[in-house]
Amino acid sequence: MGKLNLSQEKISHARKLAEKITEPVQSFIEKNTTVTVERATLRILGADDVNADGVPVPNIIVDELTDKLQYGTAKFYINALIRTGKTPSELNEAIAEGLDIDEFELVDMKLIKEKSTELLQNFKKRVKKNVEYRNKKLTDFSLNEKNPLLYVIVATGNIYEDVKQAKSAVSQGADVVAVIRTTAQSLLDYVPYGPTTEGFGGTYATQENFKIMRKALDEAGDKEKRYIRLVNYCSGLCMPEIAAMGAMERLDMMLNDSMYGILFRDINMYRTFVDQNFSRMINAFADIVINTGEDNYLTTSDAYEKAYTVLASQLINEKFAHRAGMKSKLLGLGHAFEMDPKIENGFLYELAQAQMAREIFPECPLKYMPPTKFMTGNIFMGVAMNTLFNFVSKTTNQGIHLLGMLTEAIHTPFMQDRYLALENANYVMNNIKSLGEEIEFKKDGIIMQRAASVLDQTVEFLEKIDKQGLFSAVEEGMFADIKRFKQGGKGFEGVYEKSPEYWNPVEQFLIKELRKGE
Amino acid sequence: MIIKPYGDTLNDGAVQFSFTLPVSAGLRADEAAKQFVIGLGFNECEVCFSKSLSENFTFFVVYGKTDKGINWDNIKVDETASEFMDFYEINDFIKEKIGRKIVVVGACTGFDAHTVGIDAIMNMKGYDHHYGLERYPMVEAYNLGAQVSNEKLIEFAKKVNADAILVSQIVTQKDVHIQNLTEFVEMVEAEKIREKTIIVAGGPRINAKLAMELGFDMGFGKGCFAEHVATFIVKKMAERQEK
Repeated sequence: MGKLNLSQEKISHARKLAEKITEPVQSFIEKNTTVTVERATLRILGADDVNADGVPVPNIIVDELTDKLQYGTAKFYINALIRTGKTPSELNEAIAEGLDIDEFELVDMKLIKEKSTELLQNFKKRVKKNVEYRNKKLTDFSLNEKNPLLYVIVATGNIYEDVKQAKSAVSQGADVVAVIRTTAQSLLDYVPYGPTTEGFGGTYATQENFKIMRKALDEAGDKEKRYIRLVNYCSGLCMPEIAAMGAMERLDMMLNDSMYGILFRDINMYRTFVDQNFSRMINAFADIVINTGEDNYLTTSDAYEKAYTVLASQLINEKFAHRAGMKSKLLGLGHAFEMDPKIENGFLYELAQAQMAREIFPECPLKYMPPTKFMTGNIFMGVAMNTLFNFVSKTTNQGIHLLGMLTEAIHTPFMQDRYLALENANYVMNNIKSLGEEIEFKKDGIIMQRAASVLDQTVEFLEKIDKQGLFSAVEEGMFADIKRFKQGGKGFEGVYEKSPEYWNPVEQFLIKELRKGE
Repeated sequence: MIIKPYGDTLNDGAVQFSFTLPVSAGLRADEAAKQFVIGLGFNECEVCFSKSLSENFTFFVVYGKTDKGINWDNIKVDETASEFMDFYEINDFIKEKIGRKIVVVGACTGFDAHTVGIDAIMNMKGYDHHYGLERYPMVEAYNLGAQVSNEKLIEFAKKVNADAILVSQIVTQKDVHIQNLTEFVEMVEAEKIREKTIIVAGGPRINAKLAMELGFDMGFGKGCFAEHVATFIVKKMAERQEK
């Protein structure tokens, strides 16, 4: 039993509401595909490379097949492989040089299906090998695994500089390294190619950059006898493609939210819902933990007043993820320590909410985000706030702990900032290691009451959304006070209704694989 | 009057440093840190903490004292820079002086497909740690995106009763931005909403002078953020109210 004495009935009522809310959206998702779902499918089958102008081959193919997207693009790519007798990389090169695969007459569907099975076996082998490698390292080094995992960010813009910073952070005790993406990559409707050394406020997510950082973290981790998890951003206009690359290059976590793109990046809602589902199927297959973006609700609105939007979003994210075939152990549901430091008893409210998330999602490795909104540039006050954040995280047994930086709101972290943050966290978390197991909360005290009231408000909020329907609720600005129109936002033109003849072997394969584990 | 940093005695010139050098930790690294600070014009330097960050990097905390001072009487600043309000001040200003949410509509007009400028000013996430107008609780912000025609933008602005319209122009080839902006001003006047609407232009090649010559109320160029634009709009609105 939990420490907060939360009403189990209300919790299961809230879950039922989330199920009802996501149901009509899911049936929309299943009837539609998008340009990036198709490109991810092609990537999984072997499409890669870019032409002389830097246009990725998957984009070239999908652009050529615009009038056939409703049938699925996979069969045209596989058909070209059969017709030309080329390997995927030979075919990619030919496409980059101008070969139009739409010109080949389709061979018998039976042959295409056979070929797809062969291509999917390659993908399956590669991903399964990654999963086995990760699991072996996690077992070998299990004694050195920290709880929560300490998560840091690198963001120099240059992947080789990122490697230096990441290695240093690992030697100071970091368990998880995220490479922040360059400003506005999420709005690109393609994934850039190759190693990159220039970016603003972050580094391009490319498959080659994934590979470079993966290798560096494996080396640093072996030296420290810990498995270091690599994180990137499965968000924006290319969610499923980034997922496909992450699966192939053994990323361990992906930032991946069912609604973040809609609300905070003004990406079309239909597009995002379809994309997030396919990306989560891939992440689930590759055993990649997703981190959802609820912290954004709190940096936008007041963290005390709008705490219920976090729980509501967590429940919706959970339901969408389950519908995509993800298990709870892969759901790093997000929340954040973002209350105004001037609030009296703010620490008690933060503690109540973090504990509440822990009790409502007992199997999820919750992702806890540090203070950012009230970080002012006073680095010394920043250290004090981060210390309290570390305290709450350990006491309430969070799973993934993003370290607060004393220089938040000033610049992307210096190397020394990460060291100071890791030292702070290691100090606090070692010093209060078992405190969570020792304490109970006063019956009907401030903490219990706070948690109960957030749950009540959440139920009320979900009931309203259920009545409206999720699409209209977003349109009315019920989330984060942001209004997004159904047909508005970026990427709407890239959504296609599937024809009855739609064929996607990757989708079929993933559904089969994900059901197997049930 | 000559002033110096204050530690615990007037004019002691005490300064605290923390920095990282790209060398392995050790006595030689500590000495390098000390000489580095002496080289900056400090004496009585003390390396009170050093710590290896990885094989080739060491972190230091150093205290030093300086003889150098600065003449307070000669310090002049451009006060206009401090006239900009921040996120919180702007919201409070709207609540107090205007008493309702203000409505701002923005778009990148013509054939220009670059949303980066208008997004930096308007989107939730903002740009470089500066939140966009959508995040301001007292601003109702509509970002119509790119390739919006002047007609559409004005039609939408009328529909939502906009207090201000932001026009972004990134592409300036063959002065296409000048044509676009001029046409916009003419249309706003023809629609008879010029009097009650604040119109603002923005883009890397736009500045206040150019924008005002074309008939805008203001123009914002490189290095401007949402708070600069918002400050201008709300002050202008308050000014008009008083009249």
